[in-house]
Amino acid sequence: MNLEYGPEYDRFRAEVRTFIERHRPLAPKAGGRAARASSEAVAWQTLLLEHGYTARTIPREYGGYGAEPDILKSRIIAEEFARAGVPGGLANQGISMLVPTLLELGTEEQKRRWIAPTLRGEIVWCQGYSEPGAGSDLASLTTSAREENGEFVVNGQKIWTSTARQADMIFCLVRTEPEAPKHAGISYLIFPMDTPGIEVRPLKTMTGHAEFNETFFTDVRVPIDQIVGRRGQGWFVANATLGHERGMLGDPDALENRLLALIKLMQEERVGSERALDNPVLRDRLVALQAEVAAMKYNGMRVLSNQLKGEPGGMAKLIVKLQSCELAHQISALAIDAMGEMGILYDGSPREREGGAWQWNYMFQLGLIIGGGTAQIQKNIIAERGLNMPREPRLEPSAATSRKEVA
Amino acid sequence: MDFGLSSEQQMLKDAVRRCLADNCPLDHVRARADAGSAVSEPAAAALHAMGLSGLMVPEAHGGLGMTLLDAAVVAEELGRAVAPVPFLARSVLAPLAFVLAGSDAQRAAWLPAIAAGEARFGVAILGIVETRDGSGVLAGEDGLSGTALFALDFEGANHFIVADDAGRLHLVNAEANGVERVALKTIDATRSVGELRFDAVPGESLADDGGAAGRRLRDAGRALLAADSLGAAEVMIEKAVAYAGEREQFGRVIGSFQAVKHMCAEMAARHEPCRALVWYAAHAFDAVPDEAALTACHAKSHTGEVHRFVARTATEVHGGMGFTDLLGLHYWFKRIGFDRQVLGGPDKVRAEAAQLQDWAAAAA
Repeated sequence: MNLEYGPEYDRFRAEVRTFIERHRPLAPKAGGRAARASSEAVAWQTLLLEHGYTARTIPREYGGYGAEPDILKSRIIAEEFARAGVPGGLANQGISMLVPTLLELGTEEQKRRWIAPTLRGEIVWCQGYSEPGAGSDLASLTTSAREENGEFVVNGQKIWTSTARQADMIFCLVRTEPEAPKHAGISYLIFPMDTPGIEVRPLKTMTGHAEFNETFFTDVRVPIDQIVGRRGQGWFVANATLGHERGMLGDPDALENRLLALIKLMQEERVGSERALDNPVLRDRLVALQAEVAAMKYNGMRVLSNQLKGEPGGMAKLIVKLQSCELAHQISALAIDAMGEMGILYDGSPREREGGAWQWNYMFQLGLIIGGGTAQIQKNIIAERGLNMPREPRLEPSAATSRKEVA
Repeated sequence: MDFGLSSEQQMLKDAVRRCLADNCPLDHVRARADAGSAVSEPAAAALHAMGLSGLMVPEAHGGLGMTLLDAAVVAEELGRAVAPVPFLARSVLAPLAFVLAGSDAQRAAWLPAIAAGEARFGVAILGIVETRDGSGVLAGEDGLSGTALFALDFEGANHFIVADDAGRLHLVNAEANGVERVALKTIDATRSVGELRFDAVPGESLADDGGAAGRRLRDAGRALLAADSLGAAEVMIEKAVAYAGEREQFGRVIGSFQAVKHMCAEMAARHEPCRALVWYAAHAFDAVPDEAALTACHAKSHTGEVHRFVARTATEVHGGMGFTDLLGLHYWFKRIGFDRQVLGGPDKVRAEAAQLQDWAAAAA
């Protein structure tokens, strides 16, 4: 057990701290859930790109910093920005999911054209994966793309396309080979959102906001070279990015910051003259969550060590999405309980706490438990890949065929 | 940066596991339990031969001078094997007591004897955590008086370390005049506890340090109970997964039913982060003393909760067989139950964690 990063890394940490302290006044207020970065956020992003505090290992010719991959340095950057309460680099779906995919599987032309402006926040992307009939069973998707005069003609519907209204571009899974087995008939297309035939309808959720959209395609024409990977290879391409998304949803710094916010709330929120923290039942729940956040923090350090040694993450990594999302949800739940009646104030009400953020988090985090691989799918993955338990028997071939016909 | 066990610790772990596989199979555990003893002489002798009696004794006094994380590695394996072997008090807390609060003379007298397996200590420090049933030990001019509950590694002990009501530690000979020893029977047949009744017993005091050594013993004990629980719970998950892969109903192995698979996945998902937490708590005891008390609380309370869930869920996965004595699954179930309650159950330990952070006034 050695928790020292070593002198080289201590120096690097000091550099990052100095940078943050010196430039803090330029940092945008919050991480910013806004799909399109403000001019403030774009300037901040540019500064971070110049110093290698975001897109650190992406080659310079594609607009990154071009550093050698170094897990510890990346970790130090994340830790220091989180500790200082200053937003790090932009983390939208284009940067988190499309860019790694292009780096791995894109053509040279695609990399040169799309990665740099995406990193700079100039191009906003949305993700077209899920469909009303294809959620957990994503590979059963039916949005079609038939080839016609050197173009794909796309028809169908996507759902959960967050940022579709603001997006310039979409990366989208479509069925190009209807006769092939379901996993082998999918292709990964990228095309502009202002292409004729695309209609975006906001999808209002339980939070009262429309964090997502439905996106409809009617004879949307896409040049045939706007494909990532080969025809029929889209499932493989998409799985490269789903891994990145699952990584995104389990950030130990984020959990620690949520817990610190909860502690602060419980120190400030008063019932009569007593702080919420003085209530032994609430306090007991707080300590229980603190222990679990600590466990996830050290689990994250263990996963990091395994990565450093080039070992697979194993069970310690497989469980992160399931446990982190649930834990974040429980932290919000306790915050609401600590506020008592005040906990239900929302939507700009008088006496509302923190802009209703705890209620919004509580609801949205339930969405995160469901999204990006539901908790039940996560448990299948843990059981099958982590514990080597048998898969659910497949449907009889006749039943599977008839389902495909319906599709 | 390497968060995990060193190669030496991994070797220690493997060696203890092999030793217990050879000397302490389940049939042997059962035989000891049926005989009403929580001490397996062959297993204890084999571990002693590996040097584990002196694990925490400094090298200058003839021991191995290892850290609490090394001890946690051993504790985890003992939990895995549900081994009826005195360890926590005898080989960890007692030598720690002398290291932390012994005079030079006391160390010279007792540490080599512990390493040699001649001084066999039990440790009674529950009084630092809470009093029950009017328990309590007063140290007066005529010696120790009162009752100390839950002396650990009670069976076979020829000496005891006892905390008085002020938290100070004392050394007592088990055969001294005025000592009455009463064995307590618990659910867990693999470990022995007892109560000590003192009537003006001449004791030998360790340093008057305001209870600091006693609190360190409490923290170490909590981290190691969590480590023991970690090993026991891991076996329960392994057994549940194996059983679900063999047992057939409705023409399928039950492990292919999602209802069963998800029970196993939930156990694994909740259990896995406990490992990193326990390792960190044990590591912090030596390397990050400022965090030792709080992380020991977290490790103890969190494993207590998670492993209670694992113990009942793994039993359920085994269906009716899990409820019987035939598989012996209950030895692990009970070991986990013991680890959860001793030196403070989860609620008690969380209350202390809150006090440590000035979130609550100390209990009266």
